[in-house]
Amino acid sequence: MSLISRVSVAAMLLVSMAACTGNNMPVGVTPISKEVYGLHMMIFWICCVIGAAVFAVMFYSMFKHRKSKGAVAADFHESTLVEIIWTAAPLVILVAMAIPAAKTLIAMEDTSDADVTIKVTGYQWKWQYEYLDSGISFFSTLDAEHNAARQVGAGIDLTKFGDNYLKEVDNPLVVPIGKKIRFLHTSADVIHSWWVPDLAVKKDAIPGFINENWAFIETEGTYRGKCTELCGRDHGFMPVVVEAVSEEKYNEWVAENTPAAIVAESDAATAGTVEASADDDREWSMDELMAKGETVYNQACAACHQANGQGLPGAFPAIAGSAIATGDVDAHINIVYAGKPGSAMAAFAGQLDNAEMASVLTYQRNAFGNTVGDTIQPSAIKALR
Amino acid sequence: MSTAAAGHHDHDDHGPAKGWTRWLYTTNHKDIGTLYLLFSLVMFFIGGGMALIIRAELFQPGLQLVDPLFFNSMTTMHALVMIFGVVMPAFVGLANWMIPMMIGGPDMALPRLNNWSFWIMPFAFLLLLSTLFMEGGGPAGGWTLYAPLSLQGGDSFAFVIFSIHFMGISSVMGSINIVATIFNMRAPGMTLMQMPLFVWTWLITAYLLIAVIPVLAGAVTMLLTDRFFGTSFFNAAGGGDPVMYQHIFWFFGHPEVYILILPAFGIISSIIPTFARKPLFGYASMVYATGSIAFLSFIVWAHHMFTVGMPLAGEMFFMFATMMISVPTGVKVFNWIATMWRGSMTFETPMLFAIGFLVMFTIGGLSGLMLAITPADIQYHDTYFVVAHFHYVLVPGAIYSIMAATYYWLPKWTGNMYDEKWGKIHFWVSTVFLNVLFFPMHFVGLAGMPRRIPDYSLQFADWNAVASIGAFGFGFSQLIFVYVIFKCIKGGEKATSEVWEGADGLEWTVPSPAPYHTFEKPPAQFS
Amino acid sequence: MSSPSSYYIPHEAKWPIVGSIALFTFFAGFASLLNGGSWYLMAIGAAILVYMMVGWFGEVIAESENGTYSAQVDVSFRMAMMWFIFSEVMFFGAFFGALFYARTFSGPWLSGIGEGGASATNAVLWSGFDYVWPTNGPQKLGGSYEPMSWLGLPLINTALLLTSGVTCTIAHHAIKHGDRAKMVKFLLATCVLGFLFVGLQILEYWEAYSHLNLKMSTGIYGSTFFLLTGFHGFHVCMGAIILLIVMFRGTRKHFSATNHFAFEAAAWYWHFVDVVWLGLFIFVYIL
Ligand code: HEA
Ligand code: HEA
Ligand code: HEC
Ligand code: CUA
Ligand SMILES: [Cu+2]
Repeated sequence: MSLISRVSVAAMLLVSMAACTGNNMPVGVTPISKEVYGLHMMIFWICCVIGAAVFAVMFYSMFKHRKSKGAVAADFHESTLVEIIWTAAPLVILVAMAIPAAKTLIAMEDTSDADVTIKVTGYQWKWQYEYLDSGISFFSTLDAEHNAARQVGAGIDLTKFGDNYLKEVDNPLVVPIGKKIRFLHTSADVIHSWWVPDLAVKKDAIPGFINENWAFIETEGTYRGKCTELCGRDHGFMPVVVEAVSEEKYNEWVAENTPAAIVAESDAATAGTVEASADDDREWSMDELMAKGETVYNQACAACHQANGQGLPGAFPAIAGSAIATGDVDAHINIVYAGKPGSAMAAFAGQLDNAEMASVLTYQRNAFGNTVGDTIQPSAIKALR
Repeated sequence: MSTAAAGHHDHDDHGPAKGWTRWLYTTNHKDIGTLYLLFSLVMFFIGGGMALIIRAELFQPGLQLVDPLFFNSMTTMHALVMIFGVVMPAFVGLANWMIPMMIGGPDMALPRLNNWSFWIMPFAFLLLLSTLFMEGGGPAGGWTLYAPLSLQGGDSFAFVIFSIHFMGISSVMGSINIVATIFNMRAPGMTLMQMPLFVWTWLITAYLLIAVIPVLAGAVTMLLTDRFFGTSFFNAAGGGDPVMYQHIFWFFGHPEVYILILPAFGIISSIIPTFARKPLFGYASMVYATGSIAFLSFIVWAHHMFTVGMPLAGEMFFMFATMMISVPTGVKVFNWIATMWRGSMTFETPMLFAIGFLVMFTIGGLSGLMLAITPADIQYHDTYFVVAHFHYVLVPGAIYSIMAATYYWLPKWTGNMYDEKWGKIHFWVSTVFLNVLFFPMHFVGLAGMPRRIPDYSLQFADWNAVASIGAFGFGFSQLIFVYVIFKCIKGGEKATSEVWEGADGLEWTVPSPAPYHTFEKPPAQFS
Repeated sequence: MSSPSSYYIPHEAKWPIVGSIALFTFFAGFASLLNGGSWYLMAIGAAILVYMMVGWFGEVIAESENGTYSAQVDVSFRMAMMWFIFSEVMFFGAFFGALFYARTFSGPWLSGIGEGGASATNAVLWSGFDYVWPTNGPQKLGGSYEPMSWLGLPLINTALLLTSGVTCTIAHHAIKHGDRAKMVKFLLATCVLGFLFVGLQILEYWEAYSHLNLKMSTGIYGSTFFLLTGFHGFHVCMGAIILLIVMFRGTRKHFSATNHFAFEAAAWYWHFVDVVWLGLFIFVYIL
């Protein structure tokens, strides 16, 4: 008995530890997330009670009906009545669980009458957010510092990031509170899944299909999540950050970021929108292209082709010495512009602007020991569009 | 049925052939059973070694040891090896050893096919494991091989697909053999409702296998043609759908998880009555419950897909159907407890493992029930909560049942008693570490840690470190298992035919070790 | 000859291990071929496989003719064949399932019909796509094509296969009455019809590729069409070869009114292939 009691004390300790260090599902900040939390706790306690009852009977029997205590075996082995009871009782419990679950489920699926619609597209390995009402569109990738820290053997002290290690992005999604926000989920390559625990929103992004989902956020704050469908090498490194702000702040943000406003901004790269710029028509120097190209490369290409251009044999080809990157210009432009269907190599036409694409191409042709020596001008890319 | 006189052999009664070709050419169910079990043990260490690589990388946040791509291929291979290389072959091995003895038959119905079913396995796994050394590494898209991610695989892709076809051939042939054996080789007079539950559960499992392995073969064939022959089953641009792959896969995949547990139910149903010294409670309802579980397993598959965007009616249907499985499973759990009730129990190692199974499988089953609640599953899905659920049903479920069976029948196989002291130590050490390993996964899962990631945020660090310690503890305590088995094979106290005081069944009527050929004359008690 | 009640356990079996090596070589070879390697390894694997089958079946036939097998073994064989055919049914089921899914779910969703995200799918991703079966998808993969009409070759093929089912049954009745010569005659007819079917199927494929621009890469229609009919055609080939072997055994005075399991197994298989074809004819060609 002492063993049993010690085990149960240990178990209780474990459970209470779990409870107080925030190891449960978050309650969240939407009506749905609260309902889901309530359901979760309800079934959790039902399961605890069932478990406790089952184990209590079992341990009692093991304690009392053991041979060393002189127990003599009975030999009953059937009883239609109890068998009916213990078939029917669980059924009743299940029905009791199913009713509230079905209600919540129906509410979750009702995407009608939304105030804001945002299209969320998964890429290997970043998210693109497009506000269908205002035309705002940008990419959201893992923050550069976190990205440096998560390389194999980087040896960087992670505590400086606090609890948000791997949960920080360059451009968070900005949404208003007190509005019904409808999300359209899709993907450009493989299946991803967009999850924010605090919103109780998790939906797969299926290439070629759109899934709908919605959230009504009640409290301002920053809510963080992750991609939860295995999507290749950097699946663990495509976080979601949602900033829920008041309606006024949201409107301000929208006004600042609608496409007309960002054209002037030179660094469209971070915002990710593809906009023509006056810069496209001038002749760029090799140094200029190489400098910009390196930045773009590290941001957009290094995840696969690696910062040193060596790729990962068998999965991602090396750029160093690549026949395409050192060969015919048009083929090189084409694979980056249009991608290679069926492989992880995506079309970058919609992700990089003319200057970015020209510079990254030039960079690939003249870095990592590649010495083609030519430059590709933004005007050449512009001509393609 | 023509079981009329299954006694006499065409060839003289002798022991096994001499030399190593005995194992290569054998048609004896006991030899083949042994081969399966040893194969499974070896694969357990390979699959477990992969799990230890996973746990070592997850010991701390930050990437210390492996590239993320290699990590993903460890996850994928770990699961494929454990499911197809450990649990399934171990159950087939036990079926080979025990079913003919339990039903009083001379051997399996189709001995040559039996040999082939086994000898496919090492080659299939050679094919699978060789991919780890190829350009681009092994498969890294998860054991579910979801399109279109799996289509991006390197050279390994085609090898993985074919290795699955290859294993499938073995499973289907093995199952056909078991069905034929059970229907055609029973001792004269033994009715279906007199068969031990292990035989019943295997019969139903064999049907599940015959029904769903070909579906898996079809699914992976479509992957193959999508990649190499230009078809577009899983490509929306051509009118297909990536989610279609998931439907076909889980139509196989969900029955598959019951394939991994039904024989375990049979084993537990043999062991508990023995050590409670009391007949199994509710034999008939056990049979019907097994049948119901098998039937329901065909209509719940989409509970793995609650986030893919199914129509509401579909989500409802699959939620309710999934919840229903708790009922027959509950019947089983209650029957086992009723068997223990007012018994006269002793706690030798097999019984300890059986009780470990009962407790921890129930925990895993209850977390399964939580997953069945669709709105909640939307939060749980693809987090460590799911990982915790399925390891609780698979490790202290399937694996513990196999260990329980090994301790239970080892004296019958070898003629020697195993070392009880070390057996008990094995159980206790394993059980403690196992919970240290898997219990914290519930917490990190609920708190938001996704599965299949090599690196994580700092708030998950403590529990992951705990889990990793548990993993190494659990892993290395399995060396005790190996030690006990080999010690028992080499010698020890001689076992009687009955071995266990409360044992009941035909296998306990033959000497220990069981002679090379048993029941050349059919047992008489059923006629 | 042993007594019919004895149970036969073969001593040792050398063929299975040969079979495993054959399959291993074949699969490894096929995989390397797909990865751009040569076909030699695969051919070697196939050759060993044929060698194994000839050897293994040869042994089984010899044993059967010696009367080594008891009635009990016969029952085991029958069960094995039955459940093997069932497993094949499930294999085809996967492809029929894919056809069904594409036609009733993914097709309409892509064109905006259905709840949830269907309308957005169509409006945002594939605007302008109207779903009608047959389809090669919103991107018209493989270019414009003509679907295969059920009139013409498929109809003739249906007639051929149904007739072959009848001839097969007549052969069965013949051997049941011990009329081996009649059995051989009707089996020959069955085989001829079977191979004729395969020939016409090849013709149909040629038509499809060269005139209709209907290919495996013609979207989901091409995918399901060629995989379903292709796997079926492959099964017809196998079935016809098995029947041919049975026929040759008949000419060698194998089989009797009571002992002709091999024949029956082949006949079951043939009927199964027949039924699958009916399913194909209805769901792939007509509807
Ligand atoms: C041996 C294997 C096994 C077994 C037996 C089970 C049993 C069950 N599983 Fe599990 N499951 C897996 C292996 C298994 N599972 C695996 C491998 C995965 C993940 C696959 C992957 O994604 O890689 C998975 C995933 C999985 C999911 C998907 C989760 C997700 O990805 O989001 C779900 C959802 O419904 C689920 C549910 C269940 C249920 C309801 C049962 C039920 O059968 C459990 C029934 C048992 C009990 C309920 C306990 C005993 C009953 C009583 C004591 C009676 C009283 C009970 C009541 C009144 C309710 N499982
Ligand atoms: C029967 C099936 C089975 C079994 C037995 C196990 C056993 C274990 N699994 Fe399991 N696991 C799965 C089936 C199984 N698993 C499945 C289906 C998945 C999902 C995969 C996917 O997402 O696609 C999974 C995923 C999975 C993950 C999640 C990975 C991820 O999401 O990235 C983790 C992480 O901890 C894990 C850990 C373990 C551990 C520590 C064990 C331990 O029990 C193992 C015990 C260890 C040993 C037995 C090793 C003994 C070794 C030594 C003593 C050292 C000597 C070594 C050599 C000689 C080589 N597994
Ligand atoms: C998600 C992974 C990924 C990213 C990000 C990526 N690529 Fe690629 N790239 C690939 C893959 C995979 C291939 C191989 C395609 C094939 O041939 O199948 C490839 C091929 C190439 C090639 C041809 C190399 C050769 O020799 O075959 C070039 C050039 C290239 N990519 C340039 C780029 C540029 C420029 C960027 C960034 C702007 C980029 N890639 C980003 C995955 C990626
Ligand atoms: Cu994107 Cu995982
Ligand atoms: Cu399931």
